[in-house]
Amino acid sequence: MSDASFPTAAKTPRTSLLAADPRTRKRNAAEARFRAYGLAAIAVALVMLVVLLVTIFSGGIGAFRQTYLTIPVTLDAAQLDKKGNRNPEDIKKVLTLTYGKILDKALDAAIADKGIQVAGLSDKDLSGLISKEASADLRDRVLADPGLIGQTIEARVLVNGRVDGYYKGRVSMESAARDANTSPAQLELADALKAQGMLATAWNWSFLTSPDASDQRPEAAGVGVAILGSLYMMLVVLALAVPIGVAAAIYLEEFAPRNRWTDIIEVNISNLAAVPSIVFGILGLAAFINFAGLPQSAPIVGGLVLVLMTLPRIIIPARAALKAVPPSIRDAALGVGASRMQSVFHHVLPLATPGILTGVILGMAQALGETAPLLLIGMVAFVKNFPAAPPEGLFDPASALPVQVYNWTQRADPAFVERASGAIIVLLAFLLCMNLFAIFLRRKFERRW
Amino acid sequence: MNDMRVAEARMQQQTDTKISARGVQVHYGDKHALKDVNVDILDKTVTAFIGPSGCGKSTFLRCINRMNDTIDICRVAGRIALDGEDIYDRRVDPVQLRARVGMVFQKPNPFPKSIYDNVAYGPRIHGLARNRAELDEIVEKSLRGAALWNEVKDRLNDPGTGLSGGQQQRLCIARAVATQPEVLLMDEPCSALDPIATGQIEELIDQLRTEFSLVIVTHSMQQAARVSQKTAFFHLGNLVEYGSTEDIFTNPRDPRTESYISGRIG
Repeated sequence: MSDASFPTAAKTPRTSLLAADPRTRKRNAAEARFRAYGLAAIAVALVMLVVLLVTIFSGGIGAFRQTYLTIPVTLDAAQLDKKGNRNPEDIKKVLTLTYGKILDKALDAAIADKGIQVAGLSDKDLSGLISKEASADLRDRVLADPGLIGQTIEARVLVNGRVDGYYKGRVSMESAARDANTSPAQLELADALKAQGMLATAWNWSFLTSPDASDQRPEAAGVGVAILGSLYMMLVVLALAVPIGVAAAIYLEEFAPRNRWTDIIEVNISNLAAVPSIVFGILGLAAFINFAGLPQSAPIVGGLVLVLMTLPRIIIPARAALKAVPPSIRDAALGVGASRMQSVFHHVLPLATPGILTGVILGMAQALGETAPLLLIGMVAFVKNFPAAPPEGLFDPASALPVQVYNWTQRADPAFVERASGAIIVLLAFLLCMNLFAIFLRRKFERRW
Repeated sequence: MNDMRVAEARMQQQTDTKISARGVQVHYGDKHALKDVNVDILDKTVTAFIGPSGCGKSTFLRCINRMNDTIDICRVAGRIALDGEDIYDRRVDPVQLRARVGMVFQKPNPFPKSIYDNVAYGPRIHGLARNRAELDEIVEKSLRGAALWNEVKDRLNDPGTGLSGGQQQRLCIARAVATQPEVLLMDEPCSALDPIATGQIEELIDQLRTEFSLVIVTHSMQQAARVSQKTAFFHLGNLVEYGSTEDIFTNPRDPRTESYISGRIG
């Protein structure tokens, strides 16, 4: 009676299982194609990543090594402390220029001492070998310890960026011949000094600790101020965006009534997350600098702008993390007589913590790498002085890592390109650390449900 | 006359009303989920709510401890009184009410904390223990009450989520019992459990009857017949019939009840 309603094997001829039928072959082929697309996409992404990293590291690793000249320097008391009373006020009156002359004399003496002869070496080549920054460094050293005056010390001084570039492969004898800032004779002198063991390329801590330097002395430029500025801004973001963002997410997800107003707020938070960052820069310029009168280039302003930008990026993942907590937990807490707040803070929040923390850290990592809004509030300025310790330091001018990268790529001397790549490596290292920290926190707090 | 008063008092004790509902109406948005429910739930008694899916029995259960408050679109009208006090009165704090009317849910939902903390949570937030020793005592008593003590006494610091399904549900019962409620609501407590665990829970329900008023929603008519003294049959949002379990199952008055228990509707 009901047999007719079942399609039976008689209609489709039975085939062997040992050979795939055309339909199965087609499906398998489609699946194989899809897998191939996926693999190709991943391969392309990996190649891009490798190219990116190789470019950055090959260009930037040099910033962490620097060529130094070590020579004995006689700190002549007659030049540095004419009154002979070792009064710091009087020593301060001696300018960098005098120290430059002392260094030139020391280099002359060292060359004569070792009997180095270089044909066609001019005075300019000779004094140009030593970085302009070296005399300032030496003056700082003497000011810090006036007792050195009158002694002969072993001074480790920076050499000119071109000579440094020669040992990093950026400058060759041919290019030096066309270069007004160096000459083949200078490079030969450097080679001779190197042969004597006086000139060496060594690890360069000062790249991480020293401030930016002017266009003429790329060898002295460092990311110290930029790291500190970025750190201060991250402090502002951590202090403001994280508590406000997490609290807003908890309120919106757990306490707010569902009505038209909360819908509007929700849509606007999502929109805010998609606003281009430069718009936040204009907002910061108008609101914090022009209206509130906060200083330009200050980490506090940069931090506040980044807070505005980071807020939606913290709120959205935090809400998602709260939403992912099973509602049965809320029921359980309410069922034993916990208040709404107890149920949220005792049970829901601990379960949502790993997700919230991941969002927070990724939001902060994005803020750390943000450049555009900082350009508009003057953080691209040349800052040579370190900001003071917070909280006052938040109002001092500072740079930021991504802005420092931008700044250096704008300069003429190719030595700054190396510095920019070096700064990118520092930035990437920070981002990597933050992401690893996020993974660590997620592992640590993740609970099996 | 004196005799009569004594007899009346005895009657009163037997039929001591714990919860009385009058004209309860529940709407979820436009949906009229519960229509004019009148019922008196007795103390120290197991009352079973039976009926087909979507008949409103769980909705009514959740009205008794105001868990429906957490659903925005839910509106409750009518009067539900616990010991004569209207629980929907403006002055009633639902949190205080839920401490007196405990609840066990369909799916075992222990907190992702230790077994000890699961049970101790309620007493802690309600301040039922003055010190650690008292709290330990409450935890032990509750776990014994839920027939779980012997199985977990050596691993109180293990996570509650690591127990088996039946143990988890008994842990949830212990957690509910620990706050010393007067009424215990159970929303299909055995639907996620195997027959052996179900048997253990049913046995437990029978023991708990001496201390609490129990209300249990169940899909299994056999279970209702086994554990309850009173049964209420819900159908399409109406309370069709309410009476002693024996009467409902052997001598139903309403034809709909008869159809349901004989398996013709459901």
